[in-house]
Amino acid sequence: MALLETRGLEKAFGGVRAIQDVDFAIDEGEIVSIIGPNGAGKTSFFNLVSGMFEPDGGQILFNGIDIGGHTPSGITKAGIARTFQNVRLFANMTVLENVMVGQHCRTQRGIFSAIFQTPAFKREEKEIEEKAKDVLSFFGSRLVGYRFDEPAFTLSYANRRRLEIARAMATEPRVLLLDEPTAGMNPRETIELTDLIGRLRDEKGFTIVVIEHDMKVVQGVSDRVIVLDHGVKIAEGTYEDVSGNEDVIEAYLGRPADLKGTT
Amino acid sequence: MTSVTAPTVLQTNTFAKESLREVIGVALIAGLTMIYVSAIGMVVVFDKRLIIEPILTMGYLVLFSIPVFAGHRFTRQEALEGLEVTPLSEGDIAKAAVAGALAGLFLAAFALIVDTFPQLRGTFPNLSPKMVELITLGYGTSAALVVLPVVSALLAAVGASVAWLPRKLYKALLVGISTVLITSVFDAVIDDFFDWLPAIPDFLYAPVSGLTVVSTIVVFSLSATLSFVLSGRDTSLRERLATSASVPGKRNQMILIGLIGIAIVVFPQFLGGILNELFTNVGFFLIMGLGLNVVVGYAGLLDLGYVAFFAVGAYTMAILTSPLSPFFTPELSWWLAFPFVLIVATIAGLLVGTPVLRMRGDYLAIVTLGFGEIVRITLLSDWLEPLFGGAQGIRQIPGIQVAGTEVSAITPELMVYAMMAFVFVAAYISWRIEHSRVGRAWAAMREDEDVAEAVGVDTVKAKLMAFITGAIIASFAGALFAAKVGSVFASSFQIVTSIIILVIVIVGGMGNIAGVAVGALILVGILGGPNQPGLLQEFGQFKLLLYGALLVYMMLKRPEGILPSKQRQQELHQEEVLQDAWLDKVDTAAEQENAN
Repeated sequence: MALLETRGLEKAFGGVRAIQDVDFAIDEGEIVSIIGPNGAGKTSFFNLVSGMFEPDGGQILFNGIDIGGHTPSGITKAGIARTFQNVRLFANMTVLENVMVGQHCRTQRGIFSAIFQTPAFKREEKEIEEKAKDVLSFFGSRLVGYRFDEPAFTLSYANRRRLEIARAMATEPRVLLLDEPTAGMNPRETIELTDLIGRLRDEKGFTIVVIEHDMKVVQGVSDRVIVLDHGVKIAEGTYEDVSGNEDVIEAYLGRPADLKGTT
Repeated sequence: MTSVTAPTVLQTNTFAKESLREVIGVALIAGLTMIYVSAIGMVVVFDKRLIIEPILTMGYLVLFSIPVFAGHRFTRQEALEGLEVTPLSEGDIAKAAVAGALAGLFLAAFALIVDTFPQLRGTFPNLSPKMVELITLGYGTSAALVVLPVVSALLAAVGASVAWLPRKLYKALLVGISTVLITSVFDAVIDDFFDWLPAIPDFLYAPVSGLTVVSTIVVFSLSATLSFVLSGRDTSLRERLATSASVPGKRNQMILIGLIGIAIVVFPQFLGGILNELFTNVGFFLIMGLGLNVVVGYAGLLDLGYVAFFAVGAYTMAILTSPLSPFFTPELSWWLAFPFVLIVATIAGLLVGTPVLRMRGDYLAIVTLGFGEIVRITLLSDWLEPLFGGAQGIRQIPGIQVAGTEVSAITPELMVYAMMAFVFVAAYISWRIEHSRVGRAWAAMREDEDVAEAVGVDTVKAKLMAFITGAIIASFAGALFAAKVGSVFASSFQIVTSIIILVIVIVGGMGNIAGVAVGALILVGILGGPNQPGLLQEFGQFKLLLYGALLVYMMLKRPEGILPSKQRQQELHQEEVLQDAWLDKVDTAAEQENAN
């Protein structure tokens, strides 16, 4: 059984059908890329799966349970975490705090234990901090040490992207949705991130769905590629299958002009 | 020859034009401010208050400090990092004098107009002959056309020439003047404080009010000399303070807390009735400020009807404890009723919180504003009179029973301690929650609600938690208020109270406990609360004007508040933080290069 699956997913904004009858499935441990031209509905698809939009029709099955219409926090708790296309960190919180917030749904101490500083509260706070530091150490020396206490907005662009992935990792998900993780990165950083996506699966065991525009990255990481255009899934398969597909080429480059009619 | 001079003339021309514009601009602002201060009646009201007997009244202080500041503006030097300081030039004094003269002329013209058209008084009741007499310095309106420009030109020139004083002397002068003003304005406090040593106030103050000439000279020279002698060491002390504050060692913190604790226990013993009352009032607003700080500062939910929770606390306490409330007959003691107050506050928090869960920003603010009014009008309604007593309110509320004595309105010196205890509890609660899992969730929600939700923070629950925590802290103040005043009336819970609590939080420093404390001390302690007099009792009728002016000034000059939280400060100064970081990087790179 697929870990995450959508059946006939539908979403419309007024007259625009952003997602039309999309079937999608990913198995545990797979890395699947979603590609497509701008406005194809890739991010809308993520928003539906992560609960930020409510689907108009169809099902979203996670581990066999329909999660369509649940709150984003409920879905995150169930085990699906995401990053955002335009990095959305808690800019004025420190690097460490950003990741610690990710632990929120895995912990439970409330106001009273905080006021009375119960041993359970102190233990949990310590665990949250250690877990956060552990997650940040996954990115090498970039986000550790003095960086822990730096506010997030002082980080470089690439580091912000890394921090966002770290924050998603801290929610201890099974499925990680990465929305254009290499956007705005230089070629060296892009190569490094390609490698990192592989490591996320191999070392941490995440199942990964990634929206990506950089075809080198898509080729490098994906087990399978899904192509969306105008909200419709137009192709699916390995990178080689998809890159030769005529519909896909048309979606990206347009139909060859019908010269006979014009002259 | 001509080809050389022509461009120079052109330059001086534009230069002259520019400075003319500056002079007229400053003169207009200064003149209008002087006219405004007179027209709203400040000069007349403050005339009764002497600062230095018999030379200077508070009215003249307010009026004639304006040309001084205006003149000072011409030579004020702002030291901006990386920019050269413009050198002082003697021409600036002349400019200041001209601007001052113009401003004085405006004021004189104003006096003349008021004098010629007495019917103006029908619309502006403050334009009295007394005012004209005061602002013309008693010379009559025609002589004032000469006298006022001369006086304000002189004052402006003085204001401008202060900039030539050496730094140390300038500082000493400022310290001296401020000390004189503070000593004079806060005479009631000092009088109250030195109950046990009446010789000091007797020496300082003239029989009516204000300092005597002799004591002014003594106070000024003492404080100025002290400042002059100490100013060399002052910087090192400040540096030490800055470093110790940035790295709060655990031991230092403990010592500081201990000292504050001792001060808190000992301090009220020295206070007289006025100050006790004052601190109790500050305490109410401080507790509510801390509660609102949780809702607005931590969770970012703008609540404009916060006074409703204060009312809920006070009324619940009143109904449960007063023998005059018919609705609930078995009268509880304060302590027995207190848990019920907390429960009712929790319910109130839920009731307000639940319907507004989906609202954000402006919408939330408007709806909470409505809730605040709904609560007040409900309490006041005839329909619920059997329950809340309508306009009569509920009276005969007993005090707090502690070890056989009763803490209530008739024992203000004990009330201060009760107040301090609850301020401490409220501060402790908000401090602990801020640095916990819930506090982090609030901070995340404040930064970006959608993302917080996507990262797994249940924002519905977090918002309700914030509303409930805020409601409970406000109910502390309400329960104490009932015991302190002994009666509750719906009219004590006006919308202006909500606004003032919010102003306390904003001006003090949103998201920071110490900031809220400073805000409450300055606004309620010095200016006074909506129904409570502050230290500057004369400002009573101009209180809201000053609140507004302070708020506008703060928004322009320091939007993060007096003592902001670190996060808040960063938020409003991200560019500067980034620039500093970049400059640091450049500096270290240059250093490394030098080392190589």
